[in-house]
Amino acid sequence: MSTQGRTRLRRLEPAAIAGVMSRDLTLFRKYWKATTFSSIVEPTIYLVAFGFGFGALVSTVNGVSYVQYVGTGVVASAALFSSVFPGMFNTFVRREFQRTYDAILAAPVDVEELVTAEVLWISCRAGVYCMAPLLVAIVFGLQPTSGVVIVPLVGFVTGWGFACFGVTISALAKSIDNFNYVTSAVITPLFLISGSFFPISELPRGVQIAANVNPLYHTVQLVRDAVLKGLGGLVWTDLWHAAALLLFAAAMWRLAVARQQRRLIV
Amino acid sequence: MSLPPAITIRGAVKRFGDLTAVDGLDLEVPSGICFGLLGPNGAGKSTTMRMLTAQALPDAGEIDVLGFTLPRESKQARSQMGVCPQLDNLDVELTARQTLEVFSRLYRVPRPDRPAAIERALRIANLTERADTKVSELSGGMRRRLLIGRCLVHEPRLVLLDEPTVGLDPQVRQELWSLIDTLRTSGVTVLMSTHYIEEAERLADVVAVMSAGRIVALGTPAELIAANAGREVIEVFGPPDELAAAEADAERRGWATRRSGPALSIMRAEELDGAAPEGYRRPANLEDAFVVLTGQEIE
Repeated sequence: MSTQGRTRLRRLEPAAIAGVMSRDLTLFRKYWKATTFSSIVEPTIYLVAFGFGFGALVSTVNGVSYVQYVGTGVVASAALFSSVFPGMFNTFVRREFQRTYDAILAAPVDVEELVTAEVLWISCRAGVYCMAPLLVAIVFGLQPTSGVVIVPLVGFVTGWGFACFGVTISALAKSIDNFNYVTSAVITPLFLISGSFFPISELPRGVQIAANVNPLYHTVQLVRDAVLKGLGGLVWTDLWHAAALLLFAAAMWRLAVARQQRRLIV
Repeated sequence: MSLPPAITIRGAVKRFGDLTAVDGLDLEVPSGICFGLLGPNGAGKSTTMRMLTAQALPDAGEIDVLGFTLPRESKQARSQMGVCPQLDNLDVELTARQTLEVFSRLYRVPRPDRPAAIERALRIANLTERADTKVSELSGGMRRRLLIGRCLVHEPRLVLLDEPTVGLDPQVRQELWSLIDTLRTSGVTVLMSTHYIEEAERLADVVAVMSAGRIVALGTPAELIAANAGREVIEVFGPPDELAAAEADAERRGWATRRSGPALSIMRAEELDGAAPEGYRRPANLEDAFVVLTGQEIE
């Protein structure tokens, strides 16, 4: 009994993070079919609708076929949607309705570990599920290159940033209805003005500059360059895209921890 | 052998905006006993409980739990304590066993010990038969027992029970009382908050009466009764105007009284000699002491 007393408990302990994630994993075993279904079907719909509908009008964009263009673009939205919504809704429900976080924080787990574990879990899922659109696009004729191997990593970092964004929103929201504002005013524009479906070079100059602060734009560019050009084809702008994503993920993480701390510890 | 106190709170203050929930609280909970924190709703009991796990941080004062200074060392303290919350916060989608599996990890039970710890907690909660039932399909009493089993999975030295039987029917309450009594006899320190007098009277070795954010009386149930209600109480029955007159008369004479439904109870009947009005004499109980101390009737 007293051995525990002498163990120094530090910040961000793997045991605490693994404990919280074990709960997520247990729940995931129950609902993985539904999640997997929607993560495959959604990009398929996008590819069919845009690829064939739009692709009939536009055969190539910036020198690549439209299926390749959209197939790589939808990777980013898959990473976005599989992270930002769990970040918002799951953490709100677990904090306010199920009070799960209350129980977890009475155990030797700090808010920083709790938030980090939840975000880590969501971003691992995002890293896996963002591959679904690529698999669908391959069926529709996309020729993958060696660059495919970094896509899960890009999806993970993107997912991490947007999961943290969602967790931050859930900490700021007074009620779950407030999420509608964020979905309409933030997430939808980010999703559309990311270069997933059409190149932002067609947009007014101001919007093009603004796109650089959209993390999803960087995801789209990085994934598209990697998948279409291969690892050897990556250039210095891709380094900038990667750096922007890492910066976004790191800043959002600290913000999410700080805001949940204020909400959970009174 | 005298052990250091399990909990020491000195001058704790906790405000929520204009409301002062805990107002200069001093409290010492000795090791190895069942300590009852008795008070009406809104007295600050739950806030006090939350400060002990550092889920609420005091605006002033010092708190030590199991020799650890809060909030700096709260994680160490939490690893050796179990908390049974007032509001059910079980994961409804998990089974009883899965709940205990998750919490055995959160409480850092070493991997080889986990299966035995889970079985033990299921046994304590009397849920071995229902181990693989989803929480959403368990009855209210079973869920409450699971909450208690969950807070014991790591064999804590200290257990916080926040209103452990609130909202349960009498039969289930009896069941939980024997469970809590078993805990105390096993040497675990129990801090239990309650607004049920009978619960405190039956289970607590020492009772602290809390009112408006501070402790107004402390002692064994017998001591509290003797000090505040005496040995006997006279209950006077009658129509409302007669009772009002009797109450005014008692007040003039400086007797402690309380209204309990259709009766007026006068404390310390044994000291009133012949001056006492006609009525039914009964032994004083903790409820009398509680009402005298807090000025509030209870359920």
